[in-house]
Amino acid sequence: MATSTDDERAAGDRVAGVRAAAVELDGVSRSFGSVAALDGVSLRVAPGEVVAVVGPSGCGKSTLLELVCALQEPDAGAVRADPAVLMPQRDLLLPWATALDNAALAPRAAGMARDAARERARPIFAELGLSGFEDARPHQLSGGMRQRVAFARTLLAGKPVLCLDEPFGALDAMTRADVQAWLAGVLAREPRTVLLVTHDVEEAAVLADRIVVLSPRPGRVVAELAVGTPRPRAATDAAVVQTRRRALEALR
Amino acid sequence: MIAPALVVLALLGAWELYVDLGGVDDLLLAAPHQIARSLWEDRSLLASNLGTTAQEVGLGILVSLALGLAAAVAMHFSPRLRRALYPLMVATQAVPPVIVAPLLVFWLGFGVWPKLAIIAVVCFFPVAVTTYDGLAGIDPELRKLMRTLDADRWRAFRLTELPAALPAALSGARIAVAVAVIGAVLAEASGSSSGLGNLVEKAGPALQTPRAYAAVVVMAAFAVALFAALGAAERALLHHRPKGPQQ
Repeated sequence: MATSTDDERAAGDRVAGVRAAAVELDGVSRSFGSVAALDGVSLRVAPGEVVAVVGPSGCGKSTLLELVCALQEPDAGAVRADPAVLMPQRDLLLPWATALDNAALAPRAAGMARDAARERARPIFAELGLSGFEDARPHQLSGGMRQRVAFARTLLAGKPVLCLDEPFGALDAMTRADVQAWLAGVLAREPRTVLLVTHDVEEAAVLADRIVVLSPRPGRVVAELAVGTPRPRAATDAAVVQTRRRALEALR
Repeated sequence: MIAPALVVLALLGAWELYVDLGGVDDLLLAAPHQIARSLWEDRSLLASNLGTTAQEVGLGILVSLALGLAAAVAMHFSPRLRRALYPLMVATQAVPPVIVAPLLVFWLGFGVWPKLAIIAVVCFFPVAVTTYDGLAGIDPELRKLMRTLDADRWRAFRLTELPAALPAALSGARIAVAVAVIGAVLAEASGSSSGLGNLVEKAGPALQTPRAYAAVVVMAAFAVALFAALGAAERALLHHRPKGPQQ
C-alpha cells in the first residue's frame, strides 16, 4: 500500500500535512461514563509512517487504537482512517487451531476458503521464522512465537494500517529485543502504516519514526518527537538515546 | 481400582445380610443374590426390553441435542428470542414429567413418540443452557478482533464462537445422557408395552421383586455406558486443546 521512500519518512509529520494522511484524528474526545479516556486528541499519520503512542497506563491508548479501527465512535471530534486491523494486547490465538490456521484466520474471516487461506499464510510463516511449527497448537509455543503467529495474522488481514496494542508487553526482555528486531525487519521489507501503543519509550524510539506522548487520564497529546534517524536502529544509537530522554521528560 | 471394588463389595455384603437376616421383607427389597440370579435367568427378557429402552434413549438424545443446539444458537443470535424463550425453558424444568407423561401418552399413543417427547423435555434444557452460555461467554476481545478482520456475523460464529462453545455443549450433552434414561423409564411406566420401565412396572404387582431390581441394574449399567461413550467422544473431539481453563 504505502510506498514512501526513506526521505519522505524522515520528513515525518511535515509531509503528513501535505498529502492525504493514512490516519487522522481531529480533536477527538471519548468518555466512558464519568471517566474521560481521551480529551481533544489530534493526530496525523502519513502512509508508511510508524508512529508510537506512549503514555502512562490508563491514558486511553487502547481507546485510541479502537477508534482508529472503527470499533468505537468518538464522543466529539472526527476520526478518519484507512482500513485498520487491531493486534490486541493478548495474542488471542484460538487454542483449538494450529499455528498456521491461527495465522490463516485473517483471510478466512474475510471469506477466503480454508486451503487458500493456508497457502496465503505459509510464506509469511516462513518469513517470521515459524517454519516447522505450522501444526503446533498455541499452548505448545513460546510467548515470543505466539506473538509472531499473532503478528502474522495481523499482516495477513491485508489492511494498510496496523494498530499494535502493546504487542510485546507480555514478553521477557530477551525475547522482546528479538521480536522487536524482526518487526523492524518485516516493516522494512513490507512497509505499512503502523500505530504502535507501548509504555516502553525505548521500544518506541527504536521502532517508530515519530513518538506521540499522551498525558495521564484524560489522554491529551503533550509532545510529538521525531526520531530522525533511518531504521534499523539499535537501542544504543545516539538519536534513540536522545529521543528516549526527551520522551521521558515529556512524560514527567 | 481396588479401593472402589472393596467399597462395592462391602456394600453388597451389608445389603445381603440386611435382607437375609429379615431386616426387610424381600418383596420390598430383593437381596443381591436374588438380583444376580434374575439377571442370569431373565437375561433374554432383560436384553429385549433394554433394546426398546436403548432405542428410545438414543433417539431421544439425538432429538434433544438437535433442539437444544438450535435453541442455543437462536438465542445467541437474537436477544429478543432469548428474552422470550429463556424463562419458558426454565418453566419446563419445573414441570414433573410424571404429571405430563399420561397426557403425552393420551396425545401420542403407546409407541415411541411420547417417550421421545418426555426425554426431549428432560434433556433439552441442559444442552440448550450450557451451549448458550458457551456461545455467550466468548472473549469480547476476540469478538473485536474478528470485527477488525472483517468477519461477518456468520463467519465470526463459525470460526470462533461455535468451536469455543464446543466443550460447554459437550458437558451439557453429558448431563442430558445421564437424565435421559430416567426420562425413558418414567415415560414407559406411564404407558407402554415393552422397555425396562415397563418391566419394572409389571414386575412389582407380580411379586417379582428381584426382576424389578435386575431391570434397575441394567438401566444403571446402560446409563454408565452412555456416559462413558460420551466421555470418549469428548476426549476425541477436544484432545488438541490444552487442559484446564481456556483463555
